[in-house]
Amino acid sequence: MTKTQSSENKKVGMHAKNTVLSILATGWFALLSCIIVFPLLCGLLASFHPGKDLIRKGLSLNLDMSTMTLDNYIYLFSGNADSQKYFMWFKNSLFLTFVSVVLTLAFCYIIAYGLTMYEYPLKNFLFFLVIVTMMVPFEILMLPLYKEMITLKLIDTTAGVVLPGICGASTIFFFRQYMTGLPKELLDAGRIDGATEYGICFKIMLPITKPAFAAMSILCAMGAWNNILWPMLVYRDANKFTLPIGLNTLLTPYGNNYDVLIAGSMFGIIPVFAVFLCFQSYFIDGMTAGAVKG
Amino acid sequence: MKIKKFLYSQKVAPYVFVLPFILSFALFWIYPLCSTIMMSFQDVGPAGAEWVGLKNFSKLLKDTVFHTAIKNSMQYMLWTLVLLIPFPMAFAVLMDSRLVKAKGVWKAFLYLPALTSVVISGTLFRLMFSEYKTGQMNVIMAALGFGTFKWLKVKATGLMALLIVCCWRWTGVNMLYFLSGLKAIDGALYESAEIDGANAWQKFRYITIPLLKPTTIYVLTISVYAGLSMFMESYMLWAGPDSPNNIGLTIVGYLYKRGITKNQLGYGSAVGLVLLVMALIINIVQLVLNGTFKKEER
Repeated sequence: MTKTQSSENKKVGMHAKNTVLSILATGWFALLSCIIVFPLLCGLLASFHPGKDLIRKGLSLNLDMSTMTLDNYIYLFSGNADSQKYFMWFKNSLFLTFVSVVLTLAFCYIIAYGLTMYEYPLKNFLFFLVIVTMMVPFEILMLPLYKEMITLKLIDTTAGVVLPGICGASTIFFFRQYMTGLPKELLDAGRIDGATEYGICFKIMLPITKPAFAAMSILCAMGAWNNILWPMLVYRDANKFTLPIGLNTLLTPYGNNYDVLIAGSMFGIIPVFAVFLCFQSYFIDGMTAGAVKG
Repeated sequence: MKIKKFLYSQKVAPYVFVLPFILSFALFWIYPLCSTIMMSFQDVGPAGAEWVGLKNFSKLLKDTVFHTAIKNSMQYMLWTLVLLIPFPMAFAVLMDSRLVKAKGVWKAFLYLPALTSVVISGTLFRLMFSEYKTGQMNVIMAALGFGTFKWLKVKATGLMALLIVCCWRWTGVNMLYFLSGLKAIDGALYESAEIDGANAWQKFRYITIPLLKPTTIYVLTISVYAGLSMFMESYMLWAGPDSPNNIGLTIVGYLYKRGITKNQLGYGSAVGLVLLVMALIINIVQLVLNGTFKKEER
């Protein structure tokens, strides 16, 4: 065997080895994905079976096609009292999500703008305070905030749910990180053209910050849509409950509403999954922004 | 006119921009923080607050239920560090290699749990951990040749259930953190290491791990906080703040039970402060050991 032949054989061998490794690696992630999807799949299949089974038997992968019905979903959309209650929660969640996303983005944008575009003595100190707020888990402030909301008469109001989270540190942080990459010469150019400081902020800089808005709006919306702990404390009136709170009230051992619980849970995931599929890259950008520079 | 000119000046504008933060910081951070510190030295009743000195804390020292809560939270937190840092990091390195095909699909699947609310995922897992032999986890156990478990009634399996939920929810997210950290590593480093004859393990050990450090520290920091202040996962698995023999009780769960359910704001605040001090100490020690505060590193 000549030298060139042997090296060629080696190359072919390497290639085959890489193919095997590639199949193994890809297969590993396929397996992992299956494990991840499994509980959701169990839930989805269970939503086509009577809800009573869930308490009697627990949840398991039920592939029995013969007993599958759309009854739970028909019931969910029937317009009866349970169905009305469910869609009220759904509507409340949509409203709360909309309000908190709009307010959070608006405030975090101008705060980050103020923390990035100007030089002034307190600037670094204020940014330090933004970071400091991240050092205390929300759960610790939950009790005093709850008491404060009672004092301020904001308990049981959407304002009480939304206001404490409006100036979220991570959102400010993300906007600031994005804006430090923007050319500051635009500010001076705007000033020369006679724009006011606020005009520059909203008419010149805001349009070029759009990608950051996209990433953050999706992340904030997901957080608001799924949030339960704080809304559960603030809302007392059952007519104001959001979807997570409402679904949680159905999870009692004595409940007979497991039909609504399982079908409603599955239907409640749809909006988030749909948004995720459309804007996948924004999710990942927004989420991992803090991790690289720490 | 004068006011308008003042507000529109370049010196004042930045303060106008950051004003919402200052207000929110004062109202929803400093005030509640001070108020919880104050309340922890008080007995807060319907009539008003009464100063009781260190009574709440001395009571906490003897409170065996609180000790259980601390033990549970610490155990949970340490296990999440073991499970949710090395494995996601390894998965990220593998995902970053040229070997894996259809990366976008797997990333999307692994991210799905982070999209589902803790209520829905908690409900699904609560029902899967049913003690009947028809519950999914017992079906799996039966297939592996074990008997049925009363998952949510025994300490060891209860903790396991919590950790399974946690891993299910966060493995993908942590992997994405590490992936974004890997993207920031200069590929030329690997090439020159290859020229020097480094094998895959050496490249991982001497390039990837050191250069991933900022990401690792970030993930470690948030994991310590999230682990110690975990509550909703246990709330959902046991359908409320109560669990048999307090096997699922966490520090925040105890804070909730005392502060919200029993309306003992003073005692609940003391619980919260202990949690805060624990979280701060652990994280500061961790950051110092990792050399984050050393200046020359930046």
